[in-house]
Amino acid sequence: MAEREQRRKPSPNRSDEVADGTPATAKQGEKLKADLDDLLDEIDEVLEENAEDFVKSYIQKGGQ
Amino acid sequence: MAIPKVCGIETEYGIILRGGDSNPVTASSLLINAYVAHASRQRVAWDFEDESPERDARGPARDGSLAPEIETHLVNAVLTNGARYYVDHAHPEYSTPECADARALVRYDKAGEVILARSIEAASELLPDGQSIGVYKNNSDGKGNSYGCHENYLLDRSLPFARIVKHVLPHFVTRQLYTGSGKVGSEAPGVGIDRVPFQLSQRADFFEEEVGLETTLKRPLVNTRDEPHSDAARYRRLHVICGDANLAEVATYLKVGVTAIVLAMIEDDELAGVDLALASPVLAHRMVSYDLSLTRPLTMADGGTMTALEIQWEHLDRARKYAATRGLAAVGEEVGADVLHRWEAVLTALEVDPPSLSSQLDWVAKHRMIAGYRDRHGLAWNDPKLAALDLQYSDVRPARSLAAKVGLERLTDDAEVAEAVEEPPRDTRAYFRGRCLQRWASSIAAANWDSLVFDLGVDPLRRVPMMEPLRGTAEHVDSLLERCETPGQLVAALGSAPS
Repeated sequence: MAEREQRRKPSPNRSDEVADGTPATAKQGEKLKADLDDLLDEIDEVLEENAEDFVKSYIQKGGQ
Repeated sequence: MAIPKVCGIETEYGIILRGGDSNPVTASSLLINAYVAHASRQRVAWDFEDESPERDARGPARDGSLAPEIETHLVNAVLTNGARYYVDHAHPEYSTPECADARALVRYDKAGEVILARSIEAASELLPDGQSIGVYKNNSDGKGNSYGCHENYLLDRSLPFARIVKHVLPHFVTRQLYTGSGKVGSEAPGVGIDRVPFQLSQRADFFEEEVGLETTLKRPLVNTRDEPHSDAARYRRLHVICGDANLAEVATYLKVGVTAIVLAMIEDDELAGVDLALASPVLAHRMVSYDLSLTRPLTMADGGTMTALEIQWEHLDRARKYAATRGLAAVGEEVGADVLHRWEAVLTALEVDPPSLSSQLDWVAKHRMIAGYRDRHGLAWNDPKLAALDLQYSDVRPARSLAAKVGLERLTDDAEVAEAVEEPPRDTRAYFRGRCLQRWASSIAAANWDSLVFDLGVDPLRRVPMMEPLRGTAEHVDSLLERCETPGQLVAALGSAPS
C-alpha cells in the first residue's frame, strides 16, 4: 500500500499555489455575501408563483 | 496513436404543456414542427436504414437485452447546422453535429438551448390561449423519472472493450465532482431528504449496473451500444449515458474535454500500469454524488481506499505525462492543453474552496443559490420552493432560467452560438451534411449520420455515404460545392451509387 499512500498526497507545489491563491479575507466574504443577496433578490422576482403546483405538475416519462 | 476524438452530445429535454392536457409526445412534436416551420427550412426525414441500437459491443445479441425502439412515425428533422432534432421517448431531443473538439462541442450544445428556446416561442403562436410549453435541460422530474444527456466519442475499433471498461469506470464515477448539475434530494429508493438534502448529480440515483446495453432500465455506467455510425471495421462510438445535462459551459467543456483525454490515453494504453479499480463502482458512483464534503474514502478493489479527488488527481498526473510524451493531437493540441489547465484549477479549488467554483460548475452554482435561499427564508430542505428553484435553474427560456442569473462563466459568446444554430462545424463531415441541407434541402430525401440520400427527380434515389467522420470537411468539399450548381452535379461528381 506504500505506493497508494504516496499517490494520495497532493504534490507540495500544488499546496503552495493554493495557499497563495485563497486569502479568505473578511472583505472578500462580505462581497460574496452581497453578491448572493443580489442574486436572491433577483430570483424572488422571477420564481414561479406557485412553487408547489409548479413542482407537482412537472411529471416526465422516463427516457434514456 | 490515438485517433481523433470526434465527439457529440445528445440531450433529451424535459417538457410540459401547461394549461391543457399534457401529452409529452404531442407537445414535443408541436415544439419541433413549430421550430422547423419557423426556421423556414424544409424538413428532411431521418433515414433509419443504418441504425442498429441493439448491437452490443460485447458480441452477438444477449438474452434479455432490450429490443430497439425505433419510432419512425415521430418527428425527426435534420438542421442546417448538421444537428438532429427529434422526438425520442416522449422528449424533444437535440443531437449536436459531430464536433472535432470539446470547445466546438460547447458551442453546439449551447446552440441546442437556443434552438429549444426559439421552438417554445414558435410553438406559443400555435397554442390556444392559456396554454404554454415549458422545456427544461435537466435529467429528472424529481419523482423517479430520468431522461438522458449522452455523449459520444470516436474510438479505434481495435481497442479491446474490456480495456475501455476497466479504465473508464473510475473516471465516470469520479468526474461527477465537476460534471454534476446538482439536485435537491434523492430519488433512490429508501434514501430520504434528511440523509441526502442535496447531491452533486442529477443522474446518479438511476444507475444500477456497471456494464450493459440498456439505457432506460437498469442503466449501466458503461453502455455497450455498438452502433458506430461510421466505418464499423475501423471505428467504435463510445456511447456515454451516465453524465448530467450541463448549463455551465465550463462543466460541459471539462466533461467532454477530460473524458476525451482519458479515452485517448486508454487507446494509447497509457493507463496500462494504473489500477484504480473500485470495489463497487455503482455504489461508489452514488457515494460520490451524495458526499458534499468531497472527502469520503471509496473502497478500491485491492482493499485500499481513495477519495474521488485522489482518483481524478491520478488521472490528471497521467494525462500531463501523456501530453508531454505523446502530445494531445487526438483532442486538439490547443484545446487539450487548455483542458489540462482548467482541470487542474478545478481539482485544486474542489480541494480547498469548492464554493469558489460557483461561476464554473452547475452543482456548486445551484447549491449556493438554493442553500442561500433556504437560509434567507428559513426553509426545510423538503420545501417545494427549493425543488422549484432546482427545476427553474434548467428552464431554457433566458428570461426564466435561473442558470442565466447565477453568473456562470462563458466560454462562448452569443454571436458564435447564434452562428452555430445555423452553420455546421467546418472540420467534420457535419459540414457536408449542413451545407447540402442549406443549399438543396428539397432534393434531399433522407439524411443520417453516415449518409445523405438525394432525390434528383428521376429514379433511383442516390445515396452518398459518409463513413469517415473527418471527411466532408470544409477543406475537403468547399471547392467541390462551389463548382456544383445543382445537386445533380454534386451527385455526378461524387459518383455515388444508386440507393
